[in-house]
Amino acid sequence: MQRVGEVIEASTTEFTAQCYELYQLPPLGSLAKTREGELELYGVVYNATTSSLEPGRRPIARGKDEVSEDEIYRSSPQLLKLLKSEFGALVVGHKQGDRTFHYLPPRPARIHGFVYLCPAEEVRSFSSSFGFLNILTGSNLSVPAEELTAACLRYISQAYEDRRRFLVAAGRELASLLSGQLNRLQAILERIKQ
Amino acid sequence: MNQERQRLGLVIRGSLNKGIEVRLDGSASVEDMAVGRYVTIEGQKRRFFGLVTDVSLGVSDPRLATAPPDVSDPFISEVLKGTSAYGTVHILPQLTIGGDVTSLLEGPQPVKTVPGHFSSVYLASQEDVELVFGQEDKERFWVGNPLDMETKVCLNLVELVKRSNGIFGKSGTGKTFLTRLLLIGMLQKSAAVNLVFDMHSEYGWAGGSERGGKVKALKQLFPAKVAVFALDEESSRRRQVSTDFIVRIGYDEIAPEDMVLLRQTLNLTEAATEAIYQLYRRFGWDWLRQTLELKDADETRALLDELHIHEATYQNLRRGLGTLRRLAFLVPKAGDNAVKRILEYLDRGTNVVLEFGRYTDITAYILVANLLSRRIYAQYRERTERALGEDTAPPHPLVITIEEAHKFLNPEVAGQTIFGTIAREMRKYNVTLLVIDQRPSGIDDEVMSQLGTKITCQLDNERDIDSVLAGLPGKSELKQVLAKLESRQQALIFGHAVPMPVVVRTREYGSADSYKSLTAGEGLSQKQAEKDIEELWE
Repeated sequence: MQRVGEVIEASTTEFTAQCYELYQLPPLGSLAKTREGELELYGVVYNATTSSLEPGRRPIARGKDEVSEDEIYRSSPQLLKLLKSEFGALVVGHKQGDRTFHYLPPRPARIHGFVYLCPAEEVRSFSSSFGFLNILTGSNLSVPAEELTAACLRYISQAYEDRRRFLVAAGRELASLLSGQLNRLQAILERIKQ
Repeated sequence: MNQERQRLGLVIRGSLNKGIEVRLDGSASVEDMAVGRYVTIEGQKRRFFGLVTDVSLGVSDPRLATAPPDVSDPFISEVLKGTSAYGTVHILPQLTIGGDVTSLLEGPQPVKTVPGHFSSVYLASQEDVELVFGQEDKERFWVGNPLDMETKVCLNLVELVKRSNGIFGKSGTGKTFLTRLLLIGMLQKSAAVNLVFDMHSEYGWAGGSERGGKVKALKQLFPAKVAVFALDEESSRRRQVSTDFIVRIGYDEIAPEDMVLLRQTLNLTEAATEAIYQLYRRFGWDWLRQTLELKDADETRALLDELHIHEATYQNLRRGLGTLRRLAFLVPKAGDNAVKRILEYLDRGTNVVLEFGRYTDITAYILVANLLSRRIYAQYRERTERALGEDTAPPHPLVITIEEAHKFLNPEVAGQTIFGTIAREMRKYNVTLLVIDQRPSGIDDEVMSQLGTKITCQLDNERDIDSVLAGLPGKSELKQVLAKLESRQQALIFGHAVPMPVVVRTREYGSADSYKSLTAGEGLSQKQAEKDIEELWE
């Protein structure tokens, strides 16, 4: 299981994790998980950021005399220690024992909890039903809910052999979920169509 | 078991009166649904059996209809089909199956409630249909198959002949073929004998098919059980029909009542029919011959004065009777009694088909059918009453088949013709009717309401459809079904002999295979019949 970071901020609905390596960010919409006691919390990655370690210190442009971008980091190796990559994850469900629940866990994630990227097998078992779509489409984040939903479905579909079949099934679920909101439905469908 | 059957969708709303609405699953295509197909609905406690009566399209969001999505993309169309844009079918529940002990014992019961919300709906399987319409056995006759199914729809003919029945449909929709099938069915399965007034000579020996060519009729298939009587010897000879009896009717067999019926076709005035009664009182049974033989002007005048008949009335009557005189089967004195002969055959259990040959005009048909039926009715009545009194066996149940029934049973004459009486009450005397007609709206409502089972091919006149379906629950839904029938080989059957209305593709008739299957199992009984006849003559 690939470890991608560590929780540095947590609430009931989401958690923020910092990556161990700069720019080692999981893709938008990917399924990450962390532990809280016997609970495993699932989060969908959104809003990844890379910024200065100290809030007051903004990076400055350094590449005027360098030939390539990589050269900048090579000539100032301290940069890697002064910057950090972080990502937020929207909690979409949890697992207790063998059972997966597509609703919010009773407790939020723990600070310094390790964050892993779910392997394909776990992605499939998590997405065997579509209860999590409700949280995704109902989210109110800096990333539009339609974008995030579409990105998540695209990501999950990669774990399936028949991607199209999965996406059609998800699309049909969305169609009933968003039955009165045709524009949103169409926006998502446009983003997941093959 | 459920997995084997195709699930169509879920019950979403409805009522017992107006039927149930079912939202189709995405996997079920609207285009596969057809009005008239059978479905079963799995309720919580029992299964419901129903008929698709309408198919419609719906959208969850009205904007989908005003601004349709880009369906050229197969993904989008696959997602939206069955979810945001879906099909609904309207189902008329007819029967319930299973559940409690009574329905297990008594089979499907009429429906008295509706299945709950979100009950699953399936296409009816062969077994379901078989459960409802039964299998071919010694009482049930296979008439056809439900649409798109191989199962046989069987009519219980023993039940059928207990009431008068009707076959309706526009010209050319297969009424004759259906009638022929039904007659064969009755001949095989029921104890009834048939008397067919065969206007166009299609039931006795051979009939034409619209595709050209000839099809065998009753006598060719069941020689031992059918006798062909003919009015027109020449026509029979030309068609090489072996006839059993040539019917001649004497003038002295025509009663004034027979003439009353002919008032319309012979264009007689009210006064002229009155005059017939007066002539009858004067001359008795000889009235027709006497009237026709009046030649001498003085003699005529004297008679008219004596009976107070106006000259114009007499002329009117003479013109009418002139038409009768042209009918060659009417003779001053008949050598043999046709009624007696017919009854002899019927008593032996032989079916009688009376071919009209070239006398296809309605005057001859009305006159002969009415005249013979009235006599036979009188005989049956007398015998049944005697049987009741003396506790002996009543006569064979008799089914009289008449074509162009609206001429006999229209509201003006239904009260006067024997057929009106038979339709209303003759069940008690073991006589019922099989009426064949293309304008059921012309038939008296009272008679229509007494018909036990109605079989109707395509009809497109609003009034005809209304009159056929009058009084039936779910009438407006069945109207849809009736209007959508194909113009050939399809019929809607409802009433006494079937547990629920059913659309059938009628059984094939006319090929060598069909004759074989129709006469299958006949070998034994035919031998038996031949033996019986031999014994009779010993």
